[in-house]
Formats: sequence, C-alpha cells, structure tokens
Amino acid sequence: MNKRWIVPTLYIIFLMLPIYWLLNMSFKTTNEILGGFSLFPAEFTVESYVKIFTDPTWYSGYINSIIYVMINMVISVAVALPAAYAFSRYRFLGDKHLFFWLLTNRMAPPAVFALPFLQLYSTMGLLDTTLAVALAHCLFNIPLAVWILEGFMSGVPKEIDETAYIDGYSFPKFFVKIFMPLIASGIGVTAFFCFMFSWVEMLLAKTLTTVSAKPIAAVMTKTASTSGYELGLLAAAGVLTIIPGAIVIYFVRNYIAKGFAMGRV
Amino acid sequence: MAKITLSNLAHSYSDIPVTRDDFQLKPTIDHVWNDGEAYALLGPSGCGKTTLLNIISGLLVPSQGRILFDETDITELPTAARNVAQVFQFPVVYDTMTVFENLAFPLRNRGASADYVTRRVKTIAEMIGLSDSLDSRAHGLTADAKQKISLGRGMVREDVAAILFDEPLTVIDPHMKWELRTELKALHREFEHTMIYVTHDQTEALTFADKVVVMLDGEVVQLGTPVELFNRPEHTFVGFFIGSPGMNVLEAKVEGDTALLGGCAIPLHHGYKQPDASRVEIGVRPEFVTLTDGEDGLPVKVERVEDIGRHKIVRTDFNGSEINVIVPEDASISDRHNRLKFDPAAIHVYADGWIVDGEDQARQKGASS
Amino acid sequence: MNKTLNHRAWWMVLPVLILVAMNAVIPLMTVVNFSVQEEFYGEFSFIGMQWFADTLTNERFQNALIRQLAFTFTILLIEIPLGVFIALKMPRSGRWASVCLVLMALPLLIPWNVVGAMWNIYALPDIGFMGYMINAGAGFFGHDPANGPWFDYTQEPVAAWFTVILMDVWHWTSLVVLLAYAGLQSIDNAYYQAARIDGASRWSVFRYIQLPKMKHTLTIAVLLRFMDSFMIYTEPSVLTGGGPGNSTTFLSIDLVKIALGQQDLGNAAAMSIIYFLMILLVSWLFYTLTMQGEKK
Repeated sequence: MNKRWIVPTLYIIFLMLPIYWLLNMSFKTTNEILGGFSLFPAEFTVESYVKIFTDPTWYSGYINSIIYVMINMVISVAVALPAAYAFSRYRFLGDKHLFFWLLTNRMAPPAVFALPFLQLYSTMGLLDTTLAVALAHCLFNIPLAVWILEGFMSGVPKEIDETAYIDGYSFPKFFVKIFMPLIASGIGVTAFFCFMFSWVEMLLAKTLTTVSAKPIAAVMTKTASTSGYELGLLAAAGVLTIIPGAIVIYFVRNYIAKGFAMGRV
Repeated sequence: MAKITLSNLAHSYSDIPVTRDDFQLKPTIDHVWNDGEAYALLGPSGCGKTTLLNIISGLLVPSQGRILFDETDITELPTAARNVAQVFQFPVVYDTMTVFENLAFPLRNRGASADYVTRRVKTIAEMIGLSDSLDSRAHGLTADAKQKISLGRGMVREDVAAILFDEPLTVIDPHMKWELRTELKALHREFEHTMIYVTHDQTEALTFADKVVVMLDGEVVQLGTPVELFNRPEHTFVGFFIGSPGMNVLEAKVEGDTALLGGCAIPLHHGYKQPDASRVEIGVRPEFVTLTDGEDGLPVKVERVEDIGRHKIVRTDFNGSEINVIVPEDASISDRHNRLKFDPAAIHVYADGWIVDGEDQARQKGASS
Repeated sequence: MNKTLNHRAWWMVLPVLILVAMNAVIPLMTVVNFSVQEEFYGEFSFIGMQWFADTLTNERFQNALIRQLAFTFTILLIEIPLGVFIALKMPRSGRWASVCLVLMALPLLIPWNVVGAMWNIYALPDIGFMGYMINAGAGFFGHDPANGPWFDYTQEPVAAWFTVILMDVWHWTSLVVLLAYAGLQSIDNAYYQAARIDGASRWSVFRYIQLPKMKHTLTIAVLLRFMDSFMIYTEPSVLTGGGPGNSTTFLSIDLVKIALGQQDLGNAAAMSIIYFLMILLVSWLFYTLTMQGEKK
C-alpha cells in the first residue's frame, strides 16, 4: 500500500551502479576488461589490490592523502574553535565584515589559486610536502569550520559561560572542560566536513605536489596516462579511495542531518 | 455543531491487548456529550486525554467502539471528512500567508465562492479581534494572535461539528493566558460551538468548561460540572486533583454513621453498610474542616500556616498524615488550636478509591430509577 | 543572542585571520599584480586594464562562460527539484532512514578525480555499463553498430554533455536531498494534522508547509550548488578533458589551460579576477534577495 520506498530505492540504485561498476572492474584481469562487456568478473582476481599494497608509489600516495587530510582537519578545527567562539559571543570592530570576508574564500575557485599557490609555497620551500597541501586546504576549510562551529555555539546559552565564570573557572579551563563537551557533536560535524572537502579536493593537492607527497588520487591519474590502459588497477585504487569516506560517514551518520539542519555547510 | 456519542470505546496501541494495563483507554468509555457545550478533558500527563482527543479528531482509529457525531457514525472517517477543527499546543499557522489567507484557507480548500469567503473571513476576524491585521503576514504575529488565527481557522467553517483544543495556552504568556481564556469563554457563550479542551491545569478546565471530564490511567473517573466535582468527587483522585489544596483523604474504619480515625470517632451524615473493600477512606475538603481550641474533635498538631491572601491554609499533622484546613484570613492560630472538626454533610466515604453511597442515598437512587 | 562588546576577541580570531590571509590575500595580490602588468623577457611593465579588456572581448572566454552558464543552469534545474522530490519521499525516521542517509552521502566523499575516473569507465561505449546499455538500446531501436557506437562521449559533444551532467547529478543531488531532508525534519506533526483538518491538498501541504520550512536550507543548497558547479574543474577534466573539441571546456578548465598550459599569466590573472568577482556577485545578490524576501 505504501509506495514511499520506491523513489529512495531507485535513487540509491542509480547512485550505487557506477560504484558497483568500479568494483566489478577492479576484480577483473586487464584482458577480461578489454575483452568486452560483462556484468560480473569471470575470472575473479585481487591482483590489482595486491599491486597497490605492495608498490610504494601506490600505497605511499594513500598515506600522503591521509596525512594531509588529518593535518588539515586538526589545524582547521583548532584555529576555528576560538574564532567561532569570538564570533558567537562578542561584538568587535569589523566582526561582520570579517565573517563575510572569511566566507567569500569558500567561493574562490581553486583554479584561480592554483598558480599563485605554486609560487607562494615554493617561496616558502614547502613544495611537494603534505604540509603545503594541508595549509592550502585551510583556504576553504577554515571558513567552513568557523561557520559551522559558530552555528553550534550560538545554540549554547550564554548563561552557561557566565555560570562557569562565577564558579571560578578560568577561560581556557571553562572552554576545554565545559564548553567543548557541550558542542561535541558540532565539533564532530565540523571535522567531518573538513575531512570531506580536503579528501575530495584534487586540483590544489595535485598542483602542490610532484613526487614525494603525491596524493593517491593524483597517482591514479598519472598511472592512467603514463602506463597505458590499466583499468583494473585504476578501478582498484578508486575503490580504495571510497573506503575512508564510507567509514567516516558510518560514524557520523546520526550527526549528518543535524549538521545540515543547522543550515550551515 | 453536533452531539458527540462515545460508545463502548477503548484503545490500545498494542495489536493484541492482554491485560487491562495494555489499554491507553480502558474499556469501556460510554458518554454522550451534548451539542453546544464546552467540555474539558482534565488529567495528569499520560492519562489518555490526548489519545481520546486524537480519536475524536480522527488521527487515531479506536481499537473498539464507535464515535457518532449526532447520528452519523464517523469512527472510520478521515480527519478531513469529520468537520472538526483543532487548536494545537503551539500555534500552527501558515507562515507565508496573510492572516486573511490563513482564515480563508479551509474555505478555499472546500471550494467556497470568493464572495462568501471574504464575507465569512471578515465576520470571523471581527469575532476574534483580528480585523485590523487581516493583511499582515501571519509570520510576525505574537503567539496569542497566532493561536487566535488557528481558532479562527476552525470557526470559519459554519458546518464545524466540534472545536478541539490541545493544551492551547501552553506557550502563551501568563497575563495573556487569562485574557485568551476569557475570550474563548465569551466566544463559546455567543456561538455555542461544541468545544473539547484538553488540559492538565484544573484552573483552565474549571473556568472554561461546562462539564469537566476527569481522566486517570486511561479511565474517565468522573464527568460533571465544576460544582459537582467540587461537592461530590466520585473518586479520591478527583477530590485530590481538583481544589487547592485538594481534598483530605484519610484511611478510616466506617461503621454505620461513624468513621473511626485512629481511636477517634467522626460522625457521618449517612449510615453506611460495611463496605466490602480492601481500602476504606473518608474524604473531606479543607473548606469544610474547622480548627478549634475545644476539647473534642480530632487531635492534631499544627505544622505550618500558609497565608495565600484571601484565606490561610493550615497544614496539620494527624498520626503522620497531613490534613489541610482552610481558615479565614483574619483567624489567629495559636498552639491551643489542636482539634479538628469536620462538617458531617461534606464527608464522603470511599471504597478502593470510589465513592460509596449512604444507605438512605442508595435507597433513594433505587426508588427513583 | 545579545553579544558583549569586546575588542580583545580579535586575539581569538587572529590565528584564523593569519592562516586564511596567507592563503587568500598573498595569492590574490599576485593575481592582481599579474593582471595589470605585462611580462617581456622577465621585465614587468604596467599596462592597466588591458588584460581585462582582452579577456572580456575574447571569444574563447565568452564561449567558456556561455558553456559554464549553460552547465550550471542545467544542473541547478535538475538537482534542486530532484533533490527536493527525493527528500519528500524519504522515510522520516527509523533504521531505513539512516541507511538511506549513509548510502546517499557516499558520492559526496569520493575524491573528485575518482568521480571523473569512475564515470569515465562507467560511460565507455563498449565496456562501461551505462555506455553499453545506451548503445544496446540504440541498437534495439534500429541503430546500426557498424556506423560506430550511437553513444560515445569521447567523440560526440551531445553525449559528452549528457555524461558530464549525469555525473554531476549523480555526484551532488544527495547534497540537496540531505539539506532538504534536514529542513523537512524540523516540521512538527501538528502542521500536517492542521492541514488535514483544513482540507488541504497534497500540493497545498507542499506549497504552504513544506516549502516554507525548507526555504532556509534550500537557499544554502542553491548557493552551494551554484558556487561549486561554477568552479567545477576536476571531474570533467578527468572525464572528458574538456572535449571533444572544446565542448565541455568550462571556465576553470580553460583557466588552468591558459595559466599552467600556456603560461599566459596576464590573461589568466585577469580571467581569474573576473571569474571570482562573478561568483561573489551572484552569490551576494542571491543571498541578499532571498534574505530580504524573508524579512518582509
């Protein structure tokens, strides 16, 4: 009687098909892939995965990606916390303009910044390091983090701060012991979005790295173009880049809608 | 407007109710609610009053029994077909519409002519005092104005059988509560809609309603006018829940026309047969208890005196149970005041919570029926 | 919330300011610098607005801009209504709702070039599921495979556009769904009940209850989708490389070609600034207009 499930189901099938196809490809041999169309791997092989986990150019790409995403997440959340608190609790000279200016950076096309970044980070001697990518991603992740956190903090009544001060808490102690636990879900949501945007962004990450700090996804494109048509390997690497995202979503599944409900992404 | 008949009604949220406790509304509720009267469903949270309201509004279909509006069975009818209106706990208005459009909405949905809609909305706006803000957006109005709009949306339909209120004053400022309640009462007197008002606040119920339906644990324990509830609570819960402070309920032994409280004999107005119950109590309202410095009466200790303006409430202690007394504002209380006297006519006897008739009362009832 | 005046709050904002300014101001100054100068064998000379005039009158830029507008407009037209529609059909609570959310959020967390690579494979006319299925359909309706595949995004601009748009719908509709869903979740049941009592139609419920409540999050959805689709680079660049020909060369792809490919810094810088300003202007206009509408 209730046909509500049809639409979400069809939509999810639409979403899953390309992912399935990638998975399908990743378990096929190169010969089978080039041999023609088939819905399932006839000759099931994990060869591509083995290659990725044994070849340092492949797995170091993985490690690089995770390192700069983590560094970026930590920096973004750490500096955004006090700033978001300031925006949510105080009025100060130019606060509104500053807030708006921060947000405009979310609107800056990475393509515009690719070349200047290359110059900036090579001047700083950081080219081809994970730190460079982590710092570059701060451009859009810090404004985002400030925005989301400010929303959560505004939801915490100011009386809590005042009560804590009356009870004799110093500001740092209050902030860490009382305030941060109150907005824990907000911090989680923020970290999630920082992870997400740093993990998926590729133009800057690729521009700022050449060899030693290359992210996994950039290794993929390079392989695709240099070593001919190794579709199986490419597919396997692609599948592996989906996994961290899937794990992270699973952990924050109950907070995603909440973070969106704050109306701030 | 309609008479509402609840017949053999019960409701359970579980599919196969086994014991009586599985029912949110215990079998069975049988009432006829008169056309044009205002009823209040009163009781603590979880007593089933909202369930009953939802059955009347059509949000729930009862597990058993029928509901009739006049002579029409509407048990299975969807909400829209029932011609009821409802005012919710918090104001439900269509934010993007003007006040006029809000009031016109139920009529337009039913395809009324534009001419009629304009006339009718103007009449209703006049009634609820919103004529001046017909063109403003509903979004910016105060909570009480919004509640008036939802009330107006209900009254705008001339065929409305009953207007239901689900704790409508919860989010209204205290001073506006009183005003809104008075206005509601006036509207009811003037237009005589059948109104059903759910609340857990006795003051709201008693001032608003012609008849109060007191509910406890999914049962209707008493249906009566406010005066009846005060003078003759049919259940100790009614006595206790209504009145401030509520009725004093004391465990006692009843023999003929005497109640024994501890070692002390209290004269009763009627003679009683030995009640066949595990728990026998007598109940007397604080208004009918006097505190004396005489030699006879129930010996008590005065614990404290609360002055609430029009009168004083004296909290006394009798063998560990509290007995409240209402004394006039100018009465002086001293240590010598340590005896209580009950007005025999105002004492009721309860067996397992339910009122017991005196033998003469029972005979009268038997004769008249 | 009434905030206290406290100028020392600047200290708390300072770390953010330093990091973002380093990333935003210095590069932007470089860009501005390039945009008003001409390089001639390492010598820079001031040439004013020349690059801007060049860029704005350049047919290549105009074409890229038209393609960009067409793309952004199309995906907004598809993703916003589709996202709202799916959100309306989502279960309102329970395990199934949470499963839906997790699965739907998945495309959002896939690196953008993997999205491109995935669709590159998925849409291949011979061995990709989508390409194969479409061509099989075309064969069924009488297309002769001997003339080459009916659907081939590497050769046919229309097929390329179709694939790029479908990819973006696949990639980003979930964002709209999640936002709209969050808006819907904030509607109390009493509203639906009141609507039923008032005899409202399904459409009226949507128009007067659901849409107003989704307005805020939908504004954000439109803004985000506008901004991000206007900046799109990685996915189409991996999928089609801007081709066939220039048919899917959007602004960012063109910009990178000019800046990194041709090292034409003056043109690239002028284009960057025009590009950035367009996004700022449209976002600002859209935001102010919707917020003004809300205040009335």
